[in-house]
Amino acid sequence: MLMQILEFSLIGVASGGIYVLAALSFVIVYKATNIFNFATGEMMMFGTYLFFMFDTQLGLGWIAGLAAAFIGSAGLAMILERGLLRPLIGRPAVVLVMVTLGVSSILRGFAGVIWGPDVRQLTEILPRKPIFLGDILIPGKLAWGFVIIGLIAAAFMAYYRFSRAGTAIRATSTDQVTAESLGINIRAVFLLSWALAGVLTCASGIITASVNGVTPQLGQVALNVLAVVMLAGMTSVGGVVIAGLFVGWLETMVGAYLGASWQSFIPYLVVLLVMLIKPTGLFGERRIERI
Amino acid sequence: MSGEMTSVSTEAVAARPKRSYLPELISWLILVAGLIVLPSYGSVYVVYMVCLIAINVIATVGLNITVGYTGLLSIGHSAFLGVGAYASALMWMHLGTPLIVNMIVGALAAFAIGLVFGIPALRIRGVYLAIATLAAQYSLYFIFQQWTSVTGGDRGLSLPRIDVFGLGDTGFYYVVMLTMLVTCIAARNIFRTRVGRSFIAVREKDYAAEVLGINVIRTKLIAFGIGAAYAGVAGSLLAVFLRIVNPDQFTLVVSVFFLAAVVVGGRASILGSIMGAVFMTLMPEILRFVLEHATPEGADLARLLSPLREILFGALIVGFLIFEPRGLVGLVRRAFGDTETVEARAGEH
Repeated sequence: MLMQILEFSLIGVASGGIYVLAALSFVIVYKATNIFNFATGEMMMFGTYLFFMFDTQLGLGWIAGLAAAFIGSAGLAMILERGLLRPLIGRPAVVLVMVTLGVSSILRGFAGVIWGPDVRQLTEILPRKPIFLGDILIPGKLAWGFVIIGLIAAAFMAYYRFSRAGTAIRATSTDQVTAESLGINIRAVFLLSWALAGVLTCASGIITASVNGVTPQLGQVALNVLAVVMLAGMTSVGGVVIAGLFVGWLETMVGAYLGASWQSFIPYLVVLLVMLIKPTGLFGERRIERI
Repeated sequence: MSGEMTSVSTEAVAARPKRSYLPELISWLILVAGLIVLPSYGSVYVVYMVCLIAINVIATVGLNITVGYTGLLSIGHSAFLGVGAYASALMWMHLGTPLIVNMIVGALAAFAIGLVFGIPALRIRGVYLAIATLAAQYSLYFIFQQWTSVTGGDRGLSLPRIDVFGLGDTGFYYVVMLTMLVTCIAARNIFRTRVGRSFIAVREKDYAAEVLGINVIRTKLIAFGIGAAYAGVAGSLLAVFLRIVNPDQFTLVVSVFFLAAVVVGGRASILGSIMGAVFMTLMPEILRFVLEHATPEGADLARLLSPLREILFGALIVGFLIFEPRGLVGLVRRAFGDTETVEARAGEH
């Protein structure tokens, strides 16, 4: 019994990893540009399809395919920022959110037109062989996926914390006007944070799809990602990691002990409870105002 | 201000109503007369489309109250349509109540469910309502699909044909038209009341509204609830109209459809909602027509149609927000020489 709980817990935490990456992408955009990106899930989906296209359809092999998919996703995100969101700076938040929602619809549509509604399987990069920790069995893809997510997240957070560009992003998120007057190129910061978001979503999408394949509906995990972001508090890079793993764990435990149908209520429940009890999230800055 | 300028501006103000009211009234009367005689002359397809447009107009006006007038983003509008549709279908199937009662129950049910999602979200500033409504979209879809004993699961509910005033489908057509007329006039008039004005005040500056003695949270809740109730009315009509209710009628794509109708038509404009709903309802038909004639034989149309629709919905939302925030109403005004673009941008919400 205890063993079983432990096994489910490990699997749950491991599957929470994909939420971490997608939520990091959300947080960096929100911090740097104050845009609430409802297209996060669709950016995941589209990046995954780019990988599928470069790797399987164009036959570049998975290493080149991965690189091309990252570049493609970053490029796409930068085009969105420069082409659609930059002209709207200064307009009400509702307008910007509506635009990201429109973008998510467009991306879903393009994926449907280009690749069709059927499930596409990706090349198997991650080894299938399960990993045994004592008596506990963890599916190989999940475990290796988690390791890769850990590496990417650590690299991202180190870049964000220590590099010049990361410092510029943090400065911009603290105070745009001051940052600009100190010589930080705000426009470049916006572009960079969207590019980083593109790469992060692409990576999380590919790892998500490595288990079940990719369809245009892959972006539906966005609600789970939103639950993670809300729980962490929208602006906390470190908090997102903890919240992501927690939501993944909660989802697996509920799925295992209450049945799979209850699983879909988890993100909604988390969102609602956070709003009711602590709208700033667990680790968020006090940017949120009640009225 | 100089005397000359004052006289010019008062002249302009005085000149305007004279120019615009009478033709507007006449064109509305012609439209109403056309809708009254339509069933006698129009084909079944035309009557069907007009009915569908009218139902979409009701739902779009509702969403516009929430999004356009009060500045709250709801992206789960179709879920509230679903609540209305299921509520009224169940009432009719199990209790056999008349249509008008079902519509009221549908509206109340959507209002109540709307508040369940609205109350936690609207206490906080920001786009939390959007998240809550997205959650509503997914969880209500899930309930429609999984609560098989009540909702019939994926197969949904099939309804018998309705007979209104002994006129059959034509009778139902008049019911839909009358409901559209009543809901549109009600929406127009609400913005002449204290409640309606407070919606706009909250959108423009919530702090200022609070200072003026408006209860901001209650106002937001009422606005969101009214929007959901409109969706409930539209949903209960839709159930009777299509004679089937199933979960796939109430997906995120449909919610994006209504949002696009609001943005395309013109936010904070009842006329805009009507234009947006007409445009957006006809657009998939036009798209299908174009595709049937433009694509080579053997191409799988059904597979292309739904993703193309998504692209078009999204592109319309993004395009109008960037290039014409006032929507079709703004385009029409501009065509009639009313170029207030600068002012419109400044006063945009």
